[in-house]
Amino acid sequence: MNNKPKIGVYVCHCGINIAKTVDVEAVTEFASRLPNVKVVRNYAYMCSDPGQLLIREDIEKEGLNRVVVASCSPRMHENTFRKTLAAAGLNPYYLEMANIREQCSWVHEDRDEATAKAKKLVYAAVVKARLLEPLYEKEVDVEPASLVIGGGIAGIQAALDIANAGFKVYLVEKTPSVGGRMSQLDKTFPTLDCSACILTPKMVDVANHPNIELLAYSRVEEISGYVGNFAVKVRKRARYVDVDKCTGCGICAQECRLAGRIPSEFDMNMGKRAAVYLPFPQAVPAKYTIDPERCLFLTRGKCGKSPKCADACASGAINFEQQDEIVEFKVGTVIVATGFDTFDPARKPEYGYSDYANVLTGLELERLVSASGPTGGAVVLGEGENAFVPKDIAFIKCVGSRDKSVGNEYCSRVCCMYTAKLAHLVQEKVPGANVRVYYMDVRAFGKGFEEFYDRVRREGIRYIRGNPSEIFKRGDKLVIKVEDTLAATPLEDEVDMVVLAVGLEPRKDAREIIDILRLSQSADRFYLEAHPKLAPVDTATDGVFLAGCAQGPKDIPDTVAQAKGAASSALVLLSSGKVKIQAQISFVNENTCRGCGYCVEICPYGAIDLVAVNRMGNPVQVARVNEALCKGCGACAAACFSGSVQQKSFMDRQILPQIAVLGVMK
Amino acid sequence: MSAEFEPNVVAFLCNWCSYAGADLAGTSRTHYPPNLNVIRVMCSGRVNPLFVVNALQQGADGVLVSGCHPGDCHYMEGNFYARRRFTLLRELLEYVGVEPGRFNMSWVSASEGAKWKDVVGEVTQKAKEAGPFKQFRRDKINW
Repeated sequence: MNNKPKIGVYVCHCGINIAKTVDVEAVTEFASRLPNVKVVRNYAYMCSDPGQLLIREDIEKEGLNRVVVASCSPRMHENTFRKTLAAAGLNPYYLEMANIREQCSWVHEDRDEATAKAKKLVYAAVVKARLLEPLYEKEVDVEPASLVIGGGIAGIQAALDIANAGFKVYLVEKTPSVGGRMSQLDKTFPTLDCSACILTPKMVDVANHPNIELLAYSRVEEISGYVGNFAVKVRKRARYVDVDKCTGCGICAQECRLAGRIPSEFDMNMGKRAAVYLPFPQAVPAKYTIDPERCLFLTRGKCGKSPKCADACASGAINFEQQDEIVEFKVGTVIVATGFDTFDPARKPEYGYSDYANVLTGLELERLVSASGPTGGAVVLGEGENAFVPKDIAFIKCVGSRDKSVGNEYCSRVCCMYTAKLAHLVQEKVPGANVRVYYMDVRAFGKGFEEFYDRVRREGIRYIRGNPSEIFKRGDKLVIKVEDTLAATPLEDEVDMVVLAVGLEPRKDAREIIDILRLSQSADRFYLEAHPKLAPVDTATDGVFLAGCAQGPKDIPDTVAQAKGAASSALVLLSSGKVKIQAQISFVNENTCRGCGYCVEICPYGAIDLVAVNRMGNPVQVARVNEALCKGCGACAAACFSGSVQQKSFMDRQILPQIAVLGVMK
Repeated sequence: MSAEFEPNVVAFLCNWCSYAGADLAGTSRTHYPPNLNVIRVMCSGRVNPLFVVNALQQGADGVLVSGCHPGDCHYMEGNFYARRRFTLLRELLEYVGVEPGRFNMSWVSASEGAKWKDVVGEVTQKAKEAGPFKQFRRDKINW
C-alpha cells in the first residue's frame, strides 16, 4: 500500500533569497511533470510554521509517502523537515532536500541558468526520494559510569563533577599520586594563589568520594566498545607496598639505603628521594611506592642482608612479591585529561640548557621558589661551597612556542603569565635582584592578566623586546646575545641565571591513547576536538571527551572550565541513560557477501566483523555491521566488490539515478 | 570546440567539509558557473570509483570528487581511501584515453567558500576545454 511512491515537492521562495534568481513557478510546474509526484506547492518560507503545516496536511490528506523540499541546504533545515514528517506520522527519512539556495540562487546571477539548475536539482532529489527507505534510530543503554584518564586538575575536576552528580567514576592516574602539573606549581597567576592550597582539598575529595574509584599508578591498556558501552582494561602497577597496610608514616623512605640519592621527578630532578617514596608531601593517595627501576632489592635481588624498608615498616606493608593487577570494568563515557609535557630546551642548543647549570626552565624555577621544593623556597643555585644567590636574572620567553624551527607554530598561552609570576616571585625572594624579560610579544589576554603584567612592570621588572640568539659563558657570568628590537640595538647582557619560559607540548606518550581510543591529532599534535568552536570538548568518537591541555595549551581556569564542560557533556549521556545511534549506517546483504573482509579492514571504527553463518547448509563467513559502532561514513560501501555492503540513504541504487539525472539533463 | 559549449559536471561532495564549504560560498554570495551539480555523500570515502565512470557514461563531461583536507576527515580516514582510489582511477582513465581534465579531486574545508568558487571555475573550465564527452556515453538513462 505504502510502497508506491507518492511524492510531494515543496519549492521555497525563501522570501526573495531564492525567488529573485530562480523562477519558482517554473520549477513548480516542472516538478509537477516528474514521475511519482502527486503534489507540488511553492511557498514563501517552507521552514515557517504555515509552510510546515502545508507539508503535514498533504501527508495526512493526500497520503504522501515521500517529501522533497527544494529550499536551503540540508545542513540548515534537514532536521526541521524531518520533524515535520515525523509529526505527520511519516518516517522522517522519507525526506530528500534539493539545495537551491546556497548552491544555486545565491551563487548564480542569470535567472534562466539558475532556474535550469534548480530544475535539475529538484529532479535529482525526486528520483532519489522514490527510492528512499524508512530508517529507525535505535537507542542503546548507557552504562552509568565514566572513565577519566589523567589525574591532574582537569581529570580531578571532571571526576568530581560527575561523581557529585551521582555517577560512578574511575579515575586512572599513571603516576603514584593525583595532582598533576598543578601540584608542582608554587603560586598561580595572576592572583598568586598558593597552588597546593587550592588543589589539595580537591585531591583529598577525589580520594574520599564514595563515587570515585581512584586507580593511581595505573595505565589504561585497552578500551573496546562504543558510546554508552565501553569495556575498559586497566593495569594497576605493583607498588610493592600493600596500600591497605601502609600508613604513610615514611619510615621506609628514611631507612632506604638510597635515601637522598635518587633525583625526584616531582622536584624536576633537583631534589632527591629514596627508592621507596611519596612523590610529594601532599600526595594522594598518601601511600608509598617502591621504584622498581631503582630499588636495590628489585633490581639486584639483594639489599644488604635484608631490605631496610621492610625491616623498618611496623605495619608490614612492604611486599616484594606484589604483582601488577588487571582491573576490568564498563563505562558509558570516557574523558581524556592526560595533560602535556613541557618543551625540552635541549632542542634549542643555542640557549645552553644542556651545558650550563644556571640555565633553568620555568618549571625548575617553580620548584626552587616553592616552600616544599629542594631549597625550601630559597632561590639558590649550586651546592655546598659553590652555592650562591643569583642577582642578575633574565627570562627568555617563547622557548619552544611560536617557533617553526622546532615544529611548534602555536602559542603555549601560559608562558607570558607564568614568566610574569616567576619574575615577581624571584624579585620578592631575592632582595636587590635585577630581573629582565626578553620577549617577542606579551600576550596578557585573560581575566586579570593585563593588570598583573602591569603590576610586575611597576615593580621594576624590565621587559626588553628581542629574541636572544645565543647564550654563552664569560667568567662566572652567562652572556645573552640579543638585539633590543625596539631600540634597534645589539646587546650582550651578563647575568647569573637564565630562565627559559618553555612552552607546552603534547605528551610524548600521546600516541598510546590515540591507539586505544582512535583519537585524531590536530596540526599541533594535540588531540583533536570534534569542532574547534562548537564542539570543543567532544571528539570524533561519540562518548569520548577531552579536558585540559591534552586538547591544547591552556591555563588553569580554562582547564577547569573545559573539564566542567567535558563532565557536563558526559553527564548528558549518563543522566539520560539512553543514546540514539546513527540511522544512516551501513548494512550487509549476507546472501551475497563473500566474506572477503575488505570492509572489515577499511572501517575506521572497527564496526564490521566477519561472522560464521550457515548458507544453505554450508558454513561461510560474512561481514556483519555493529550498528552501535558504525558512524555512517560509507567507506565500506565504496570498497565492497560485490555491492553487498551498502549505506542506508546512500545506497548505490539511490545514488546512481541521481548521477543519471545530473549527467544527462542539460 | 565551439565557445558555446557548456559542459555538464557532476560533483560528489562530502557532507562535512566540501558540501559545507560550497554552502559557505553561497552564504558569502560568491558567484560561479552553473555547470556543476552536486551529489551529497557523507564522506568522500563513500564515492565508489564506479560512480565516476557511471557519471561519464551517463553524459557528464566532467566529474569532481571533493572531501576534507587529508588529515581532517570527519571519519578519520575516509579521504585517505578516496585519495588512493582516485589516484588509481585517474591513471586508469588516462590510460583508456579520457582527457585528464575531465576527472578532478579537490580538498575544500568547511571554511573555504572562496576556494570552492575557484574549484568550480577551474573544473568547469577544464571540462569546457575537453569538450563534450561521448566516449563512454550510453544512449538512454539507465537506472
